[in-house]
Amino acid sequence: MDGAAVAIRGLRHAFPGPPPVPALDGVELEAARGQFVSLVGPSGCGKSTLLRALAGLLLPDAGEALIEGRSALGRPGLAAYMPQRDLLLPWRRALANATLGATIAGVGRAEARRRALDLFERFGLAGFERSWPSQLSGGMRQRLALLRTFLMPRDVLLLDEPFGALDAITRREMHQWLQEVWRRDARTVLFVTHDVEEALVLSDAVCVLTPRPARVAARLAIDYPRPRAPALVTDPAFVADKARLLAALDQHGARSGDA
Amino acid sequence: MTAIPRRMAALAREYAPALALLVALVGLWEALVRALDARPYILPAPSAIWAAFLETRELLPAHLEATATEALAGLGAAAVGGVALAVLIASVPLVRRVLYPIVVASQTVPPLVLAPLLIVWVGIGIESKLIVVALVGFFPIVVSTVDGLASADRELVALVRGMGAGKLAVLRHVLIPSAVPAFFAGLKIAAAYAVIGAVIGEWVAAKEGLGIFIIRSQASFRLDQIFVAIAVIALLSIALFVTVHLLARLASPWNYVDHAADSKGEPRP
Ligand SMILES: Nc1ncnc2c1ncn2[C@@H]1O[C@H](COP(=O)(O)OP(=O)(O)OP(=O)(O)O)[C@@H](O)[C@H]1O
Ligand SMILES: [Mg+2]
Repeated sequence: MDGAAVAIRGLRHAFPGPPPVPALDGVELEAARGQFVSLVGPSGCGKSTLLRALAGLLLPDAGEALIEGRSALGRPGLAAYMPQRDLLLPWRRALANATLGATIAGVGRAEARRRALDLFERFGLAGFERSWPSQLSGGMRQRLALLRTFLMPRDVLLLDEPFGALDAITRREMHQWLQEVWRRDARTVLFVTHDVEEALVLSDAVCVLTPRPARVAARLAIDYPRPRAPALVTDPAFVADKARLLAALDQHGARSGDA
Repeated sequence: MTAIPRRMAALAREYAPALALLVALVGLWEALVRALDARPYILPAPSAIWAAFLETRELLPAHLEATATEALAGLGAAAVGGVALAVLIASVPLVRRVLYPIVVASQTVPPLVLAPLLIVWVGIGIESKLIVVALVGFFPIVVSTVDGLASADRELVALVRGMGAGKLAVLRHVLIPSAVPAFFAGLKIAAAYAVIGAVIGEWVAAKEGLGIFIIRSQASFRLDQIFVAIAVIALLSIALFVTVHLLARLASPWNYVDHAADSKGEPRP
């Protein structure tokens, strides 16, 4: 466990009923420092619940979760967390939304703005710095929420389906961007997705979760050389891994249509 | 900026029918008074009211200023005090349990009936009327703002807490901004009662103000002057209401943008 950026032990949670809804059933998971770990699993299996617990926003019934060696349960702010819904503050313009997490974490306002402005171009948001969130498209809102998460000075990122609202092309661009920055500053990422290809392109390891209540059913190490080009998806080794992953998902219960 | 003239034109178009009706009614009033030869101490004609206005032009500003000061300062005090108490009620459970029921129950005593007491305690200067206005406005502001604070999006609260924000930062970044529209809804109600609260306070006792102007005019059967005062009170109330409305726009510009979703929407059937 020492050296692990994220360590989850026997995490168990049921939402109070009636009838109670068990969501986590003894989740065991570890991510080494700088590792990119994806979580795939059928819809409603408990992925978001797991991330909310790690973000310190949901107190599970049992188990332990450490982030950088510190207990994260009931202790928000240790990791940069991006919820599944692109929650932007309607009363802040795009740029001010981007800097929110960073300034709350203690980054100076001017410094946070400078860093945010650099990323706006990269995220295809240039020219929208002064827009209100209600004036952005769904995909733009999601990119802004991701940008905001990245600006937080945290070594561990918890991303809940960050590309769910993007079209295939933008998604691939974001994959390239994400790989670059992730390699540059070597942060640890826990990444929830429904998209098996996306998980394979981005990750060092993919964890397959069981249907609700979630447990880690299988963990696949992914070690294609980096940087990974978009063309990787047609590589025979990749196609074989994709088949293995889908088989693992199938074996552990009904897959949701989009997984 | 061509937007402003265009907005003015739109406003003019919107209110033209109401204005036309108003002018017609005043004309009818004038005609009726003349036709029936009504006594001016029973019903003065609009032309006589206008003459009274010209006659009292020198006198009115001091009265107007006293009433406007009471209304504005009282409203300001109600806003500051109301928001402070609302924040306390929303963030300290003990305060909520102890004070909120008392604040609500206190409304069984209309603040206006306290005017005679306040005049005994504070004197007949503008302070006593200011307090009446503040008491009248306090309640709607507290209740609306508490509602606004309590109805903040819980997921947004969780988001900001997840960023490591403490209670104060959550208040500042989420609760207070999301209560802005509710606060202004309360402030509008308070503003609607502010001028009338000041005038009624002045009826009880005052040195200056539109209320005391009405009392004096009544004593000398100058109904034309009473109508002048009524018109001034109405205009003052409207001005206050419009000001609050503009303030609301300034304070929450995000509520007044064309949304991406519906700006490009197809025309509805
Ligand atoms: N606040 C809550 N109260 C009660 N039940 C909840 C709550 N949040 C989640 N659940 C339940 O827990 C289960 C897991 O939900 P969760 O959001 O973690 O799923 P998920 O794996 O993220 O799904 P998706 O892929 O569709 O986002 C679901 O059955 C859901 O109904
Ligand atoms: Mg989810």
